[in-house]
Amino acid sequence: MNPANSRRKFLFKVALLIDGAVGAVLAAPIVGYLLGPSLKKGSSYNSWVSLGAVNDFPEGETRLVDYRNPVTAPWDGQTGNVACWVRRVSGEQFQIFAINCAHLGCPVRWFAQSKLFLCPCHGGAYYADGSRASGPPLRGLFEYKHKISGEQLMISAGEMPTLATEACVKNPLIQLERTKRS
Amino acid sequence: MKSKLKQWMDYRLGLAKPIIEAAEHPIPASSASWWYVFGSAAIVLLGLQVITGILLALVYVPSASEAWNSLQFLNHDITLGWFLRALHGWGSNFMIAIVLIHMAQVFLFGAYKFPRELTWIVGVFLLLLTLGMAFTGQVLRFDQDAYWGLGIGASITSRVPAFGAPLVHALLGGPIIGGATLSRFFTLHVFVIPGILLGSVGLHVWMVLRLGINEWPMPGRLVRKSTYEREYQDLIAKTGVPFVPDGVWKDAIFAAAIVLAVIACAFFFGPFGPTGQPDPTIIQTAPKPDFAFLWIYAVLAFLPPSLETPFLLIAPIVIIGSLLLLPLIAGEGEKHWSRRPVAVLMVALIAVTLGVFTRLGTYTPWSPVMDAWTSDPVPLEYLHNRTPLERQGALVLQGKQCRDCHSLSGIGGLRGPALDSIAARMTEDQITRQVLQGGGNMPSYGNALSPSETTALVHFLLTLRGPGLTPAVDASRTLTSPGKPH
Repeated sequence: MNPANSRRKFLFKVALLIDGAVGAVLAAPIVGYLLGPSLKKGSSYNSWVSLGAVNDFPEGETRLVDYRNPVTAPWDGQTGNVACWVRRVSGEQFQIFAINCAHLGCPVRWFAQSKLFLCPCHGGAYYADGSRASGPPLRGLFEYKHKISGEQLMISAGEMPTLATEACVKNPLIQLERTKRS
Repeated sequence: MKSKLKQWMDYRLGLAKPIIEAAEHPIPASSASWWYVFGSAAIVLLGLQVITGILLALVYVPSASEAWNSLQFLNHDITLGWFLRALHGWGSNFMIAIVLIHMAQVFLFGAYKFPRELTWIVGVFLLLLTLGMAFTGQVLRFDQDAYWGLGIGASITSRVPAFGAPLVHALLGGPIIGGATLSRFFTLHVFVIPGILLGSVGLHVWMVLRLGINEWPMPGRLVRKSTYEREYQDLIAKTGVPFVPDGVWKDAIFAAAIVLAVIACAFFFGPFGPTGQPDPTIIQTAPKPDFAFLWIYAVLAFLPPSLETPFLLIAPIVIIGSLLLLPLIAGEGEKHWSRRPVAVLMVALIAVTLGVFTRLGTYTPWSPVMDAWTSDPVPLEYLHNRTPLERQGALVLQGKQCRDCHSLSGIGGLRGPALDSIAARMTEDQITRQVLQGGGNMPSYGNALSPSETTALVHFLLTLRGPGLTPAVDASRTLTSPGKPH
């Protein structure tokens, strides 16, 4: 083989190797940028948000409350407002339910007369305590972690609750499907 | 003068010869058919979408706080903005329809067989990209349906085991549906998917030109890898006609017809939405996806809860996988539909299935009618000659929102059975048990009804027997009480 030719082939391979290395150096920050939202731990989005004074919530009633999500960009507009259902069971005992149906995330509505949460999308129904009543949901409503700080009712919020990004570690009181799954 | 300029240009470009060759490439005379116009129509519609899309981008603001307002501005304040939005929206519906028809035609004509397997495979990706454009486009129409549609997307994504949370965050671009979400769907809709789509269309057309258009199939003329190429060349030699003008005039006329149809729909029916503002605190909404995705929305209502996650994760892989593998598995053999009954049945079955689920998606019988309890009256004839207790029961039925799921005289929800002849199907005991404990698809009302309300409700329901029907009897009771002969 012509030695000059093999030298050029070698140089070409070296050039490709250098390009590969530069490409990797370039790709790392790009991938990091793209995966940014995914790599962040879900719980780090959460912080304590006030829903108002404890006494604004009558005992035995379930009310719709809006709050501003703690993580927003200035251009989020209305989408940064989130609603949740606050149920004051009695005294200092509360249940705060996500608006999102556990089936596919549509907004559930509370019907005080029949004591049910109903979902407009596929007809998921939940009882007053958030447990699954009927329809396609796998489980009860998502619950926010909450605490009473002074006179304020606080919830730990920041993430849209889904089956994988549930805000609360504690499960609702009744899980109809659990017996089947275990 | 003109020919001199042409010469000057082509000396530098060198494109005249390949373009003329491509235009005049011979096609089998049988393929210059009205059945072969759908592919080119899809390209024409894609062009229409690109042009109208660019024009809409002149005004549209891809910001979560402004997108909805900019759509209203387009609809009401920009001259003919509504018409451009309507063209883009209807163009999208037509494009999905034409792509599906094109696919069915190619399938039934066996055009995916050797040597056009890769053309089909690229075509499958083109279908997915088209649907991807439709979904991301629906998101850009940033209204209530778009917002909750994203919620449904995130909820489906969250069912992926182990990687659910990172995938949800990747989809939404953050913890909630917001500005970051709209920006990434804008990027997908305007840069990423169109780029891949146009490139793939290029490949698709390149392969059609390179391999030749599929000949009109004849029953019994089998495709064999060893002989097909020669047979096709023979056919071209015998019956070949130039694509331009012998075949293309039908494409051109159909393209005009389809664009005219888009224009007519846009003009008479107007643009899609936007519906309510993308404000998640406004929960008086019944979100629904666009037409192309209604069937999925319907399927999601019927899956049993325990099967839903496996179905959602496995079904797309199976469906897309079998579409991709089809030409590799059935790359040879019979092309004609009359000798491929399974293929014809499959197309019919898929079309009927999609049609039925789409139809169901238009009126969502599984959803409670959220305002039926306040808006739908109890039919008068059901209140005549009733005791006070029974009338009280009618009030309970209305007040406890039973009508949201149960209809009377055809008015009310369709989630539960109609109650017009309930007493002919169930005894007093059975009705009481069903109301208090629920079961089947019905929640239990034991906590929501007082004993007196339950009594009144059940007594009212017992009057609903339907014309000419006898009340339901508990057969076991007549057996165990010997005093009463049956």
